[in-house]
Amino acid sequence: MRKWFWGFLFIAFGFVCSIAAERNPRTERISGSAGDVLEDDPVGRLKVYVYELPSKYNKKILQKDPRCLSHMFAAEIYMHRFLLSSPVRTLNPEEADWFYTPIYATCDLTPTGLPLPFKSPRMVRSAIQLISSSWPYWNRTEGADHFFVVPHDFGACFHYQEEKAIERGILPILQRATLVQTFGQRNHVCLNEGSITIPPYAPPQKMQARQIPLDTPRSIFVYFRGLFYDVNNDPEGGYYARGARAAVWENFKNNPLFDISTEHPTTYYEDMQRAIFCLCPLGWAPWSPRLVEAVVFGCIPVIIADDIVLPFADAIPWEEIGVFVAEEDVPKLDTILTSIPPEVILRKQRLLANPSMKRAMLFPQPALPGDAFHQILNGLARKLPHQKSIYLKPGEKILNWTAGPVGDLKPW
Amino acid sequence: MKLSALQQSYLGRRSNSLRSSGPLDSSSDGAFKSPAAVFWLVLHGLSCLISLLLGFRFSRLVFLLLSTSSTYTSPFHSPTELAKTLDIRSVIPADPVGNVPLPFPNKTATNSRVVVGRHGIRIRPWPHPNPVEVMKAHRIIERVQTEQRLQFGVKDPRKIIVVTPTYVRTFQSLHLTGVMHSLMLVPYDLVWIVVEAGGVSNETASLIAKSGLRTIHVGFNQRMPNSWDGRHKLETKMRLRGLRIVREKKLDGIVIFADDSNMHSMELFDEIQNVKWFGAVSVGILASSANIDETVVEKRGEEENPRMPVQGPACNVSNMLAGWHTFNTLPFAGKTAVYIDDRATVLPRKLEWSGFILNSSLLWKDGDKPEWMKDIDTLDGDIESPLDLVKDPSVVEPLGSCGRRVLLWWLRVEARADSKFPPRWIIDPPLEITVPSKRTPWPDTPPELPSHEKPVIRIQEPIIKHTTKTRTSRSKRRSKRKHDETRTDRGTTGFDKTLQN
Repeated sequence: MRKWFWGFLFIAFGFVCSIAAERNPRTERISGSAGDVLEDDPVGRLKVYVYELPSKYNKKILQKDPRCLSHMFAAEIYMHRFLLSSPVRTLNPEEADWFYTPIYATCDLTPTGLPLPFKSPRMVRSAIQLISSSWPYWNRTEGADHFFVVPHDFGACFHYQEEKAIERGILPILQRATLVQTFGQRNHVCLNEGSITIPPYAPPQKMQARQIPLDTPRSIFVYFRGLFYDVNNDPEGGYYARGARAAVWENFKNNPLFDISTEHPTTYYEDMQRAIFCLCPLGWAPWSPRLVEAVVFGCIPVIIADDIVLPFADAIPWEEIGVFVAEEDVPKLDTILTSIPPEVILRKQRLLANPSMKRAMLFPQPALPGDAFHQILNGLARKLPHQKSIYLKPGEKILNWTAGPVGDLKPW
Repeated sequence: MKLSALQQSYLGRRSNSLRSSGPLDSSSDGAFKSPAAVFWLVLHGLSCLISLLLGFRFSRLVFLLLSTSSTYTSPFHSPTELAKTLDIRSVIPADPVGNVPLPFPNKTATNSRVVVGRHGIRIRPWPHPNPVEVMKAHRIIERVQTEQRLQFGVKDPRKIIVVTPTYVRTFQSLHLTGVMHSLMLVPYDLVWIVVEAGGVSNETASLIAKSGLRTIHVGFNQRMPNSWDGRHKLETKMRLRGLRIVREKKLDGIVIFADDSNMHSMELFDEIQNVKWFGAVSVGILASSANIDETVVEKRGEEENPRMPVQGPACNVSNMLAGWHTFNTLPFAGKTAVYIDDRATVLPRKLEWSGFILNSSLLWKDGDKPEWMKDIDTLDGDIESPLDLVKDPSVVEPLGSCGRRVLLWWLRVEARADSKFPPRWIIDPPLEITVPSKRTPWPDTPPELPSHEKPVIRIQEPIIKHTTKTRTSRSKRRSKRKHDETRTDRGTTGFDKTLQN
């Protein structure tokens, strides 16, 4: 009898120890709304078929302008490369759960490096016409089991100006497909239900190369570098960032706790690692690579963008990691930030220090387990199995191929 | 719809500078040429002209006046940036009624509650930092940094026990304040044992009381002699006295010797946490060479190994202790200071005490300590170097990247033996007026004062002669090393002369 008692005690002790060991004092496990999904392995849970499109849709565009590989919209190119060599790829389209169309729609750059979205709708349309005529899988579901990576400013609305983007709406032929995009805002035309929000591309090697020793004390309270007024397009202010960035400047330019300026220093990454809070306000679009940089460098992101949908929102509990400030509360930003209890700040820092969090925001080449590519696949896997209702009866058509502005219908 | 045309053309124009093919797109959207559109265009042109004349956007004023019902008054301040002559920045509400730049009402189905368009820039009435919040922020920063230190700094930091021999003299405040400030910055627990030659004095006690550290102040019943040799010997005895205190009180921690004229870097205190039993660090030797011989400089060039002013452990390739670097005293042979106030180079001993670190349990009577440690009670105080504390010098652990990092500096600067200073550096009673003599170079010398000031003036004059004399007699000084000669041509500060007391 005594033996059983001691045995039970030993097992209970071991159980308690294992639980205690999980809680590494330095980092904390990230449990999203669906559990610890950041660590899920998508291999074996889904199969993706990659369409073989002629190179004028992808390779030739990249050859014309190799800058596309390093700007913040480069996720579409790296996703294609990742899928080509990933174990989830299948060469048999019959067994595929998802279909991927490799179009580099964001690679038409101005001399200054900004992508022009004016030809993208036509390009996408022409690609879909091609796949619907060469393979039967598009017509089978009218794209409901296809996904597209559209990392542009307002996703598949294909415009950089918000009003124009709202007016255009999501390209009609992509209405049923799953869109993997960086833009996310609740109740917005350009965000479909079921879209997967991803972080913008930030160069992982550059960030890794600029790490400073972890015991360097964090002495900057709030850090931000970027524009407050876009003098080229909105000189009076109030339009750019809905006036939020201008409000930050006007309210806190005299505050020594706020290290904010428009100058871009060479020590930008190093400074972020010495800051406690990093502001991530909206610009012309609500998303920016600052969020990725803040997470990688352990700086708590202060997100000033109403109704924004952050990357992998169903897997990462952003409320616990970042601080959300409404745009109308910007004048009270210092009160808000100083009234956060230190324990909460330390907890957020522990969550940020978790390596799986940092990995999930990056697009490393070659791909590593737990990185953003895998999170995209996890997101796609979570949407499986497809509902029977997406499969159309033969001859049934839901999408209107001639909807949209006249200019979109021209061949590409 | 009409508004949209107006607005589109306006916006398309504005984004021209950034995207070159903007207008191509906006024109493709088409312009409605109905009379209403023309009317709005004419109105727009008119307000543009008026704005040109007045200097601000007239159209916005009109809209502000028109949409008074929907505009809510808010306590926001008008921003004054961008040099507008009139401060009429209207606060556009989130309510979509009545203002120009808005999303189109026919898309209400999936419209965002967040409105696209021109928003006011919210500025609070007093956009300056609130001191209470600044203090809160600093406390947050401190907490974060403490946490960082806990996580990434030294694990389980041990208490540091600092042993400092000192005695009252003019330069004591200077040296002791330096050490005190360094110790106050140390982020670990600290005990400061100050051993004072000549007994405990108020002077020293008041100095170290300002530190706020835990101090143990003991006196040593011998006066500090005037020669460097004697001073080193006495300091050794005083340090052993300090070690005996560690033994008696069974203090637990890491013992370091901080001489009061040394300078310590903060990294030293982080590095010594790595010591196990007996460690050594490299000490930079700043032997103040008042007059370096030219021949010394030449000799330096001939040497194969450059003479580093460093004392400390030397390691071989596999980072094991191989020997000791000591300061080469040969160039200074015969020219070193003998007495504390000599104007010659003061040389360190072969191995200075300040470069050695002990684990306090080595000093205890009982307890497990390695057998190579000698019992300090058996020592007579007549030990030459700290290595005499151990039976086998090879057990010493080299710290600071195996002696490659110099973590503290040794320096000896002292004043004349007869140099006096006001007790606790408080001038009481206050000084009498001091008047410069006629021969000083100050341009606006006040006129000579009546005779009762004479005692002061009289004393000043010898000082002037004093300094000129030293300059000329320097060359003679090297050859003649008589005590009397050196005494007269010292140029040390003569503020003892200006005091009445």
